[in-house]
Amino acid sequence: MSYITKPRVHHPALPTNSLGLTRRDYEGSMSTLCAGCGHDSITAAIIEAAWELELEPHMVAKLSGIGCSSKTPTYFLGKAHGFNSVHGRMPAIATGASAANRGLTYLGVSGDGDSLSIGIGQLCHAIRRNVNMLYVLENNGVYGLTKGQFSASADLGSTAKKGEVNRSEPIDPVLLALTLGCGFVARSFSGDKAQLIPLIKAGLAHDGFALIDVISPCVAFNDHQGSTKSYKYTRDHLEEAVAADFILPMAEITTSYEAGQGRTVEMHDGTRVRFRKVPEGYDPTDRDHAYAYLRDRAHVAEVPTGLLYIDTEDRAMHSVLGTVQTPLVDVGWDELCPGEDALAGIMERWR
Amino acid sequence: MRPTDTSDPHYYHRVVDCQWGCPAHTNVPEYIRLIALGRYTDAYMLNRKSNVFPGILGRTCDRPCEPACRRTRLDGEPVAICRLKRVAADLRDDDIRPLLPAIPEKKNGKRILLIGAGPASLTVANDLMPLGYEITIYEKLEKPGGLMWNNIPQFRLPPRVLNEEIDYILDMGVDLRTGHEVDSMAAVLEEGWDAVFIGTGAPRGKELDLPGRWDDPDHVHIGIDWLQSIAFEHIDSIAPRVLVIGAGNTAMDCCRSAKRLGGTDVKVMARKPRPLFKASPWELEDAEGEQIDILENHSPTRFLSENGKLTGMEFEIVRWHEQEGGRLKKEVLDTVVLPCDEVILAIGQDAAFPWIERDIGIEFNDWEMPVVDKSTFATSLPGVFVGGDAAWGPENIIWAVEHGHQAAISLHRYCQGEPVEDRPPYGQNLVSVKMGLHEWSYSNDFDGAQRAEMNYADLRERLKSMEVEAELGFDIERALQETERCLNCDIQTDFTGPLCIECDACIDICPVTCLTITPDGPEDEVRLRLTVPQIHPDQPLFASEPLPHTGRLMMKDEDLCIHCGLCAERCPTAAWDMAKSDLLVPYAGLEAGQIHPTRSGAPLEVSA
Repeated sequence: MSYITKPRVHHPALPTNSLGLTRRDYEGSMSTLCAGCGHDSITAAIIEAAWELELEPHMVAKLSGIGCSSKTPTYFLGKAHGFNSVHGRMPAIATGASAANRGLTYLGVSGDGDSLSIGIGQLCHAIRRNVNMLYVLENNGVYGLTKGQFSASADLGSTAKKGEVNRSEPIDPVLLALTLGCGFVARSFSGDKAQLIPLIKAGLAHDGFALIDVISPCVAFNDHQGSTKSYKYTRDHLEEAVAADFILPMAEITTSYEAGQGRTVEMHDGTRVRFRKVPEGYDPTDRDHAYAYLRDRAHVAEVPTGLLYIDTEDRAMHSVLGTVQTPLVDVGWDELCPGEDALAGIMERWR
Repeated sequence: MRPTDTSDPHYYHRVVDCQWGCPAHTNVPEYIRLIALGRYTDAYMLNRKSNVFPGILGRTCDRPCEPACRRTRLDGEPVAICRLKRVAADLRDDDIRPLLPAIPEKKNGKRILLIGAGPASLTVANDLMPLGYEITIYEKLEKPGGLMWNNIPQFRLPPRVLNEEIDYILDMGVDLRTGHEVDSMAAVLEEGWDAVFIGTGAPRGKELDLPGRWDDPDHVHIGIDWLQSIAFEHIDSIAPRVLVIGAGNTAMDCCRSAKRLGGTDVKVMARKPRPLFKASPWELEDAEGEQIDILENHSPTRFLSENGKLTGMEFEIVRWHEQEGGRLKKEVLDTVVLPCDEVILAIGQDAAFPWIERDIGIEFNDWEMPVVDKSTFATSLPGVFVGGDAAWGPENIIWAVEHGHQAAISLHRYCQGEPVEDRPPYGQNLVSVKMGLHEWSYSNDFDGAQRAEMNYADLRERLKSMEVEAELGFDIERALQETERCLNCDIQTDFTGPLCIECDACIDICPVTCLTITPDGPEDEVRLRLTVPQIHPDQPLFASEPLPHTGRLMMKDEDLCIHCGLCAERCPTAAWDMAKSDLLVPYAGLEAGQIHPTRSGAPLEVSA
């Protein structure tokens, strides 16, 4: 938190994207989070990703629940649509919004409390419905806004700031999402923008529900010795297992790879994912294999990061429901509500 | 990459562009803050410490600080530093004598002669009198000040301002002998001085010996001589149509003077295109504001006269082409004749030493200039020093002042029997300006205001005489508005690497994208990885030691930092702090940071 707001003046050589916008144009208002909060770095990564993807800010809807993480949509994309929902209920709002207007890009930001405690049911069903959105879970293992109680993602045996030991098993959102059939599962670290920015871009471009679990240290309540979500611990234990580039259909592949290195996966919508680095024998399109690998690494206290699993099939909500391509908000009223006669006709089919 | 040593006083000095650009290292941001606080006398005294003549320079300085000002790179217009200096001089207490250094009653027994009473010699006197020297100045004219009074017209520099600041020095007990022209250096040396300083300026205006030059010599003038005649009140009028040849600052003083003495059609004729003019942009604007035409690409070829009376001049209209090696070659497009009644030549000036015998041990070079050491200002004859325009040709007042400071150090060391080549080191104070959680002891928010405009005296009024000062100076409101434009570049973003946890907070908040955390490597390679590429590679680039978590480096491109302090506010571990760097400058007999006791015994309080 600062007293002055970030001055509008910017570097004269700051590049612009094809919309004529600089990164600064994708900012929101000044963050009121604690100095050094991992969430602010994620905000910066979202700003950079949206700028690089050349998103039109007014074609983005940002949604959140309650908590430190859920404050952050105020701090990016000031000109986008926004909805700050009841605690843990952001997925329901996102589902409804996406159903009504499939034309927008949906970006949900939530935390480990909002997603894994009060809102875990909502999260599960948004994944199950495969709502077309990027769900960023800012995971710091602690309830920062209420001063440092363990959250549902706190590791067994990790300690709170005053030394209490956590005796409950954590919920790992990555394993949860894999179990629930999520088609895009990734993990990253707020302190590693080089990895996080491409993942956010891929998650925004992915057709269907994309989850990125981002370890995001809480400097005020969970950055001490004994924490397993501190800057130091995360840096010492994370392992970039899977490095991948997401390539849009129109984009030319300019990076060259040596033969036998990496692997390209073609998606149903024409996008391609180029895996630069995967562990020996790892198959990022094999859900069971990914699950087993992650369980295995957890035993040695390693935190694998990267795009851990991707589903190449099209199972997104609108596809499953068979809705029209035109966003429902743009469909004429008469067509959308064809009247009593049409309703009677539908009812007749069930008699 | 080698980590930056910020304890070297010159690293942070370079970040303070204005102070780095100022030959005398005037602490500009600090005096601007003092003005903002209404402490005009303190601002004046801080100025005086380095540039000696704040009132004079606040009106006439060549302002090397302003093109250097970071604000120029950021939004195109520098802070009006020079005009703020004048504010300090205009609004200060009337009597600052109690704050001047005390002069010892008992002298140290050393007698020093200064030749010429211009800004260089006066600075030497200013620095040496408090040390107990007996100083004598020989001045060939009737008044002291050198070009400050005989070349700069009164409408730019009123005599009361000039005289007051000269008197502060002379009243220290300097033995000034006016009307004393030196015609033999050998004779001077025989007078038995302990040391001699030559500050005789560059008083010889260049001649333009084209056909017809001597047909009507009474109506063709050498610019600096003509200005001097006005100062002496030997000339008080000029014919209506005047051509001024040359486009330097002297030409601007000539044309504006001509406009006041009866010139109705005054033209400045320049051989080169405008971007190559020697005159400062603001002096060109001031001249044009007084309805003077400035014609570029006009190369004079001859003077025209009828029956021994000047009638005009012929010019080639030219276009310039850059040759290999940067030399310009002209192409003549046309010729043109401009009628006129008088011509003023302002095409440059030289130092001249017909009065120094060539066989007395002072070595001269092929251009008939004495060989002078760049750092000690010593000639080849021990005990004889040269400074100001006399050393290497025409510069400006602020350079003469710095020459004076350096020569004073040499004179003092020479008289004390110490080697003059050993120059006293600079120092630095670095003090945190943190006042509270989000509070700093300076105004850290960025003010997007445009540069404040100067108020001028009414055009008709000011063109009536030489005495009406053209610029009115800033009023308090305008001054305060302008002080807020200063970016406080001396409030440094000071980094302590071992505290950094690499959370990126500083990088994310920086409004001007100065910061980068990147793996170590060769400097050329690391430079390419900056968040935004350097657009001014000559600007300082900070590199930390390897950071504790990952061994990467914190990099800062100092170029466009607006010193808003947000990096330090956002830093959870106080690895970034805002700290005021104060460059400590040594003067004659004073180590870096030391000051003379004041006349009244009152402390000099200058910190903002």
